[in-house]
Amino acid sequence: MSADGETFSLHVNGEAHAVTVAPGTPLLYVLRNDLGLVAPKYGCGLEQCGACAVLVDGERTFSCTFTVEKAVGKAVTTLEGLGTPERPHPLQAAFEAEQAVQCGYCTNGIIIAAKALLDRNPDPDLAAIRVALQDHLCRCGTHSRVFRAIRRAAQELRK
Amino acid sequence: MSEKKLPGSLEDDARLDSWLSIDAGETVTLKTGKTEFGQGIKTAIAQIGADELDVSLARVRVQEADSALTADEGLTAGSESVQQSGIAMRYAAAHARRLLLEKAAARLGIDIDDLTVEDGMVSSRSTNSKVSYWELMAGQPFGVEVSGEVAPRSAGSRRLAGKSVRRLDIPAKLHGGRAFVQDVQLPDMLHGRVLHPPAYGNELVKFDAAAIAAMPGVVKVVQDGRFLAVIAAREDQAVRAWEAMREATEWRALPTLPNEDMLSDWLVSQDTDDMLVENGTPIEGDVPDAVEPEGAAQTLEAFYSRPYQMHASIGPSCAVALFEPGSEGVKLTIWQQNQGVFPQQAALATAFGMAKDSIRCIHVEGAGVYGHNGSEDAAMDAAMLARALPDRPVRLQWMREDEHRWEPYGSAMVVALQASLDEAGTMLDWNCDIWTQTHSGRPRAKKDSAGFVAAWHREDALPAPVPADHNGKHGGGHRGATPYYTLPGMRVVKHFVKPHPFRTSSLRALGTFCNVFAQESFVDELAHAAGRDPLEFRLAHLKDARARAVIEKAAAMASWDPKSWGNGHGQGLAFHRYKNGKCYVAVVIEADVDEAKGAIAIPRAWIAADAGEVINPDGAGNQLEGGFLQAMSQTLKEAVRFDATHVTSTDWESYPILTFREAPEIEVAFIDRPNDPPLGVGEGTAGPTPGAIANAVRHAIGVRLRELPLTPERVRKMIVAAERGA
Repeated sequence: MSADGETFSLHVNGEAHAVTVAPGTPLLYVLRNDLGLVAPKYGCGLEQCGACAVLVDGERTFSCTFTVEKAVGKAVTTLEGLGTPERPHPLQAAFEAEQAVQCGYCTNGIIIAAKALLDRNPDPDLAAIRVALQDHLCRCGTHSRVFRAIRRAAQELRK
Repeated sequence: MSEKKLPGSLEDDARLDSWLSIDAGETVTLKTGKTEFGQGIKTAIAQIGADELDVSLARVRVQEADSALTADEGLTAGSESVQQSGIAMRYAAAHARRLLLEKAAARLGIDIDDLTVEDGMVSSRSTNSKVSYWELMAGQPFGVEVSGEVAPRSAGSRRLAGKSVRRLDIPAKLHGGRAFVQDVQLPDMLHGRVLHPPAYGNELVKFDAAAIAAMPGVVKVVQDGRFLAVIAAREDQAVRAWEAMREATEWRALPTLPNEDMLSDWLVSQDTDDMLVENGTPIEGDVPDAVEPEGAAQTLEAFYSRPYQMHASIGPSCAVALFEPGSEGVKLTIWQQNQGVFPQQAALATAFGMAKDSIRCIHVEGAGVYGHNGSEDAAMDAAMLARALPDRPVRLQWMREDEHRWEPYGSAMVVALQASLDEAGTMLDWNCDIWTQTHSGRPRAKKDSAGFVAAWHREDALPAPVPADHNGKHGGGHRGATPYYTLPGMRVVKHFVKPHPFRTSSLRALGTFCNVFAQESFVDELAHAAGRDPLEFRLAHLKDARARAVIEKAAAMASWDPKSWGNGHGQGLAFHRYKNGKCYVAVVIEADVDEAKGAIAIPRAWIAADAGEVINPDGAGNQLEGGFLQAMSQTLKEAVRFDATHVTSTDWESYPILTFREAPEIEVAFIDRPNDPPLGVGEGTAGPTPGAIANAVRHAIGVRLRELPLTPERVRKMIVAAERGA
């Protein structure tokens, strides 16, 4: 371990990265500040709001408490890894089509949770969507639109 | 300039160059002194400007508030942005188009009436000659004032305004773009955290700066009186240092807070300034007593209340600051989320004893704020850190508990209502007494006080200003207190509660939320006392046809049916015209109440609105839905919790808000009036929502709830009380 910490090999959005940080550092700060992936947001640091969510081996994971060493050897996917503005993921396209965003600070985590949901349940009913999002908070009140956007994306993905 | 009042914010800044520029690169920059925070103002401005200029949206860039670049439009608040900035843009862009056509006519030697414009290309109808806006004047200023006399397009000929154009700010938010102030990244940027005391007024007992300075990555520990902060190379290092500081620092707390369980009793027992409110405006003079009107067949009375509530932004406040002492004079640049960069610039200048012109405040969108939250304080904090470490940009973000404990809250309120009905069940009068603290606590440029937390804590401290509410028309705690109904007698009294154990300030719709909760609950109580359908009762007491139309619309959307109520199921209706002159909104909700548990479920909601000309119907609908859900959250769940010394609501478990499991499906409809002035909608649902919910609960289980929030415990208590009473 150097004065700056330890070097960790990460696999993020299909690319390999080596970062040198102190063990125990939450993955969130590594993604945002070392890798420039700023879609995951700091909201509470307590796993209570979901703004920091990423996929780790396909599971929705709160990067505000998930440490960098736990991510080693796993596939990390952030919102940036789902699609691009030119080639959006159907969820990103559906959120755009339904305008299911206000301030958008919580949107990252909601789309990540929806991705994990649709991967295991391609045709969720409203109750299943509600349960999948129960650990995500939205203060602007886009809930009703988010329901519509996820159902639209599910339909698109089943085509 | 003519004596005639100019449209919208042109009245404050009529220079055409303050509103738009024709740029090199075949684009147009539209400038607004308002700020985006997800409400869609950027897109609305773009729609209006692009329409009048005859350019496509793809060519438009919107420059938001920057104290160095845009017009001073004061605050982005009160649902006024479209009326002020949008209307100014409409006239400015129409004037610019006229000037561009004149230039084209001169350049081409063609009569102006022969010219037509498509996407910035001016062409002659009768010949092949053409010239673009950019050939005519790319990069040059107009150098004229907007006259307000060039007529904008007629409602029928608008291509973009009135359409549900997709919001310009959304793509970056869906793809990890640097869309937020939290994402600002500057070269050599450092990261800061501030250690706030655990509560207001705490004394610092022990702080070990040396121990923190020795931690990995720490560049500087800042101690200025009770203002404690750390600056580190990495954000995670700043957070660890903050955690260590929080653990080791000792404070002395004082038991200064009232009894949380007796908050309403406390409010009505304090020293107050009492003012009669006439036509929405508090006036000086004696406050008359309520007098029972002649012909009263029955008189009702009720008390309603709400606790302190938070803005509760999902993103803790953040700002980036750079302090450059420089040889040509000191410069302080702050990137921050702000509803008013110019008032903020002035307030920071006095707080720091700096010249206003040496401070530049640049708005960068952040997480939603919904009023005066921690954003202004975080900007001051960032500036404190930047001054301690010149020539390096410092990014400062509050931790979650900083936001929960230190943001200014929405005032707790009590509303006492009394009204009489005649034999026919018509309302004869209305007596309203409200107890409120200030809803107006934003930092202002004052010499002897400061509205920033950091200024209270630093060595060279300034005290918090003596709280005073906004006493203008529908201004502060009395906003929403004057019913829009036809009432022969009206007495509205504002009791301004002087002591402020908590800092309070503007929270979405100000007094409207609690005042209209009380008002619309009480109107239902009166309707029931009169033996009338609450829908019919409201319509009978409204003269304004637009008001009746939105109520009828919402009732129709929801299939209003009093016969369906009972056995735990009910519908509730409420109406309000925001500030008695802005948008008309009626809300109907459906509630299912579990009597055994006291739990209220709201599966569906319907919102009907008349907002005059609607620039972007989908965007405006998003605002109404959002306002509804936030108000629903405040109604069912939210209360700042505290003990004698501390706020104990420090996270989302101790201050729960609405979850996705609880959110209803919502339908919104506008009554379109393209020829009427636009009326902002951001705060339109804040008033009617709580009353609609309480009314639905009453219709579901026969129990009237008058204290917010309507938690299961409180619902159970009222069910038990009702059973005992029976």
